[in-house]
Amino acid sequence: MDFILLAVAAIFVNNILLAQYLGNCPFCGVSKKLDTSIGMGAAVIFVATLASVLTWIVFYYVLVPYHLEFIRTLAFILIIAALVQFVEIFLKKKSKTLYNALGIFLPLITTNCAVMGIALLNIKHKFNFLEMLVFSFASSAGFALAIVLFAGVRERLLISPVPRSMRGTAIALVTAGIMSLAFLGFAGMVK
Amino acid sequence: MTTYKQVFVHGLWKDLPPFRLVLGLCPALAVTASAVNGLGMGLSVIFVLVFSNMFISMLRRIIPDKVRIASYIVVIATLVVLVEMLLKAFFFPLSQQLGIYIPLIVVNCIILGRAEAFASRNPVLLSMIDGFSVGAGFTISLTILGSLREILGAGCWFGRSIAWEGFEPFTFMVKAPGAFICLGILLGAMNLYSRKRGETFIQT
Repeated sequence: MDFILLAVAAIFVNNILLAQYLGNCPFCGVSKKLDTSIGMGAAVIFVATLASVLTWIVFYYVLVPYHLEFIRTLAFILIIAALVQFVEIFLKKKSKTLYNALGIFLPLITTNCAVMGIALLNIKHKFNFLEMLVFSFASSAGFALAIVLFAGVRERLLISPVPRSMRGTAIALVTAGIMSLAFLGFAGMVK
Repeated sequence: MTTYKQVFVHGLWKDLPPFRLVLGLCPALAVTASAVNGLGMGLSVIFVLVFSNMFISMLRRIIPDKVRIASYIVVIATLVVLVEMLLKAFFFPLSQQLGIYIPLIVVNCIILGRAEAFASRNPVLLSMIDGFSVGAGFTISLTILGSLREILGAGCWFGRSIAWEGFEPFTFMVKAPGAFICLGILLGAMNLYSRKRGETFIQT
């Protein structure tokens, strides 16, 4: 039950994109088409969950025993960068279909704040291993949900008469604000 | 001399982040619930940006092309760790307020963007000026955004109450949706102003 609550809280109440503002660059960048946003969402779920597991293990079994918590930032970003590179090479060799689907999004993910943010939040909330797993998966699923929903709205925006100055990123941000308002409605669900 | 001046000015209007250069949106949205936080985040970014540009420009002939992004990230991450420790030591309340957004400066695209676009092919002093200029632009934007949201949302400015009689705080502004909408409307206003001046720039 606790895990379900944790997952619901991570997906809806504290949506990583719309309530915690992480991962906004890809949110505005690759949300113009529905299928690219699905690809990006899937790539983020995949990498963020893997990266969270790795960074959690490294933090508690390498950095903490040697009192090196202060280089957390440096260690995490290197792990994420290496992981992304590795996943890219691995997918290219082993699974052509998956590589074709996720390939172009992988390099972008290194500098996606959502991945790094989830890894840092795991440490901040002092999760144990299972909680960390649920939280990372749910948070990145929340990211995917938000970006896919947003892409759907944005496709409609293209054919709407938007004032000239508001076209592009400006209207996208206002739309995101309204979506965020909708997600704010979940706020009472979980304490 | 003119190049120095051009480089100094471009970050303040022509490539003003996060409006003109739509990069670094996450900190711009996340920490601007108050003006102080915006300013603090901006100053941290200036620090990281000036020194990362300096080191990357110094090392630009040594770093092999293939591993350059990884090398930049190491330089930037080291500086961010430094900022984290400095803030914890001297500005503890601010560092608590900014929380995970301080380590997240590492993945701020502005810094990697300037390293790649400017510092990797320009001399040291010029790169430092570029870093300062873009950082200063970012700081100003964040402070303005933070001020707007703090004044409307809490009736304060830099923590001091400026609310008048009968002022009802517009709490929406300090919450998440307010951040998006405020940034979007500011961006729209800037587009309008640029169009009136005859500059062509509409992001797609």
